[in-house]
Amino acid sequence: MALLAIEDFSVSYGKAEAVRSVSVEVEKGRIATVIGPNGAGKTSLLNAAIGLLPASGRVIYDGEDISRLDVEQRVEMGFCLVPERRELFGEMSVEDNLRLGAYSHRRAHAQNKRSLDEIYDRFPRLMERRRQAAGTLSGGERQMLALGRALMARPKLLMLDEPSLGLAPLITREILATLPSLCENGVSILLVEQNARAALETADFGYVMETGDIVRSGPADALIHDPMLITTYLGGHG
Amino acid sequence: MTADIAAILAVDGIATGAIYVLIALGFVLIFAVTRVIFVPFGDIAAFTALTVAALELKQVPGTVGLVAALAVLATLVEVVSLLRARSPGRIPKALVFYLVLPLAAAGAVWLTAGHALPMALRIVLSLVLILPVAPLLDRIVYRPIADASVLLLLTVSMALHFALVGLGLLFFGPEGVRTETLTDATFEFGSVFVPGQTVMIVGAALLFSALLYLFFEFTLTGKALHATAINRTGARLMGIRPERAGTIAYLLGSLLAGVSGILIAPVNTIFYDSGFLIGLKAFVGAIIGGLVSFPVTALGSVLVGLLESFASFQSSAYKEVIVFSILIPVLLWRSYTTVHSEEDTEE
Repeated sequence: MALLAIEDFSVSYGKAEAVRSVSVEVEKGRIATVIGPNGAGKTSLLNAAIGLLPASGRVIYDGEDISRLDVEQRVEMGFCLVPERRELFGEMSVEDNLRLGAYSHRRAHAQNKRSLDEIYDRFPRLMERRRQAAGTLSGGERQMLALGRALMARPKLLMLDEPSLGLAPLITREILATLPSLCENGVSILLVEQNARAALETADFGYVMETGDIVRSGPADALIHDPMLITTYLGGHG
Repeated sequence: MTADIAAILAVDGIATGAIYVLIALGFVLIFAVTRVIFVPFGDIAAFTALTVAALELKQVPGTVGLVAALAVLATLVEVVSLLRARSPGRIPKALVFYLVLPLAAAGAVWLTAGHALPMALRIVLSLVLILPVAPLLDRIVYRPIADASVLLLLTVSMALHFALVGLGLLFFGPEGVRTETLTDATFEFGSVFVPGQTVMIVGAALLFSALLYLFFEFTLTGKALHATAINRTGARLMGIRPERAGTIAYLLGSLLAGVSGILIAPVNTIFYDSGFLIGLKAFVGAIIGGLVSFPVTALGSVLVGLLESFASFQSSAYKEVIVFSILIPVLLWRSYTTVHSEEDTEE
């Protein structure tokens, strides 16, 4: 059974429908990706799935319908989002940002300390800059911090919105390369990306979204050889 | 003006300023977390003074009725909204928070009001009773419009202030009160005599400023409040509830306002509507701090106190005019020097 099933999901802003009865699933311990151009409704899909936007349809998480729960309750269940805008606490130090990531289980002091050490091991750059204000970090470091902060919540399901946005290709690879190792630690991932090739190389299963609809889906290694995707999204050389 | 007079005025001004510091810090705290300029803050201070005075006279203070009425109203609002959200599982917790705790505070004061209590206990009881007022008002008035613009929230704050003044008259009556002095000791610094009350006021302002600093610097709850102030969406994604952060901010702010009310009551006569002017002057201090900086707010509030003290010596009739006219250069200076951040325009 899928860990996350978004069923018949629609999101609208007034009369404009950003997402039209979309269904997406993430298997336990796997990476699913939603690719597609700007304005396809990918960000709306994730924001509504976490509860930041109102939506019709159902979100089934770990066998439970969580559509009526608020954002904070979903986070407490280990369902987390790294948003497109990162939403860091810019005036606060890197370490304070990370500590707040563990707010949803703030009483587990020993375990939170271990998580912090693990994240510093994973991203030594954050360790170097732990006293610095988050707002002074470079783009790549901010993405590392956003990811690290979400990992402090020890998520079971992590949604990543455009982790490559505004980053150099090399840094994008570095960040995407950490995702499979997260899966080995029991985290399932829903990755939203414009950088289709990098996303499909990382993911197990892929969805292609265009103007609010899922137009194609399948195993990532099949999609990456799909002629239609090669011409539109993968830059011709597959 | 001789040096002696200047010294006396300075001591007086610092004491007045210290009162404003306490209230102004509360303004900044609440604004940062909830974007509400909580105008009725001075009223909270005045109501605390009136509560202490009533307990001194062995009467049941009007605050008991006020808190009970607000608690019942807030509970109704909360229960209806929980039923609408179809989460009845959260009702018991809401009942404890919005009904049981405030009524327990009101009940404790109601039962003990007729007895002669030691001064320290009277003060603690008054503070415990005043603490729920602002969080209950938040639940009833502000939470349904939490996403509104700062200007609308301010307008609502003004309306709420006038409503509270009316309720103050209803619950406390029109008489002014002055409470027993907290201490009769005097201290001598050089040639200047300083009343113990002044020392206590300044000491309390320093103590509570320090506690506030420690709270924000060293506790996760303090950091969560700060995080909510910086980035609401980011905070929610960490599982920090902005409503909860707001409640904590209102509780802390009420504590500060309550303490200032207790400190000012032995020095000034307090009426049901005295809060407004106290609050407004503290607000000038908060504006000097741009409603964001705690240290600049504290300095600004002391400046307001000093200015008021010297102005009342030079020309007593114009002292309010002089105090409020420093707002104009301060606002000009702030609007020229402040860089408007992304967050301001976003919401």
